[in-house]
Amino acid sequence: MLTAMHKQLLNDYQQDFPLSPTPYQDIASSLGVTEEDVLLAFNELADEHFISRIGSIIVPNHIGVSTLVAMAVPVEQLQSIADIVSRYPEVNHNYERENRFNLWFVMIAKDDEYLQSVIETIETESGFNAMQLPLLADYFINLGFEMDFDD
Amino acid sequence: MIDFIDRQLIELLQDGLATVSRPYALIGQQLNLSEDEVIVRLSRLKELGLIKRLGVIVNHRKLGYCANAMVVFDVPDTLVEQIAGHVSQFSFVNLCYLRPRRGEQWPYNLYCMIHGKNREKVLQQLDHLISSCGLSSVNHEVLFSRKCFKQRGAIYKADSEPGKV
Repeated sequence: MLTAMHKQLLNDYQQDFPLSPTPYQDIASSLGVTEEDVLLAFNELADEHFISRIGSIIVPNHIGVSTLVAMAVPVEQLQSIADIVSRYPEVNHNYERENRFNLWFVMIAKDDEYLQSVIETIETESGFNAMQLPLLADYFINLGFEMDFDD
Repeated sequence: MIDFIDRQLIELLQDGLATVSRPYALIGQQLNLSEDEVIVRLSRLKELGLIKRLGVIVNHRKLGYCANAMVVFDVPDTLVEQIAGHVSQFSFVNLCYLRPRRGEQWPYNLYCMIHGKNREKVLQQLDHLISSCGLSSVNHEVLFSRKCFKQRGAIYKADSEPGKV
């Protein structure tokens, strides 16, 4: 069960987590609780998988290169092809979407040459074309969002 | 602009900040950096915009935001910036990207992501978006996500040091 403090931690610290020597103490001070309370609450949120981590979201293509890739795979082969794709460490998200292009994954590598070689290998191993859709411009990257806890 | 130590720092952060009293000092210990230097470097990476945000990364599905739609539009190139600016204003839009068209099989260039508690809500929001941004005559497709086969934080490997695998 989420307490009021859990909800505050979920909502208010997605963007600007304190960059100070004692971030949890800073949060505790602003919430009027103890540092121990905050640490315990974050551990609970992580244990219950409400948060995946406290970490950073990096702008794509500034550190290494990345691309979104789409494949059109017959439904009965989807799981086996997805398994092939997921085995590559360069693939970090891999999911099904409702479309004729039904397998979508994001790849990251240190440079373009290496990225292209891995994509070719995946095409060969899977037997399907990989449609590359690299980012050309990001108008807005904000994976943080305000949650509506009421409904 | 960024050096090897910055890359290592970013890589370590992918595992998440520890829930200990001095988490930046802990990261510093692993890289032989002072706590202060870790904080200064992370602040700089944020200022440069390379770290888009630092904070709690929530699990949408667990929080009840089970419907995730990627909406793709075929927007005229001359209007794309203007439309993207407009689309990004909506709080339910989490991402807005430009990507290349791939011929007739995939004529779309503008992507936006909408997370919602259910499909109906997401489709309502999309209708609102389409009418408010004047996109009703623009060709689009809605791709709801179904099964997730693999998901993890983006991992940016710092180049390995010699002798280190």
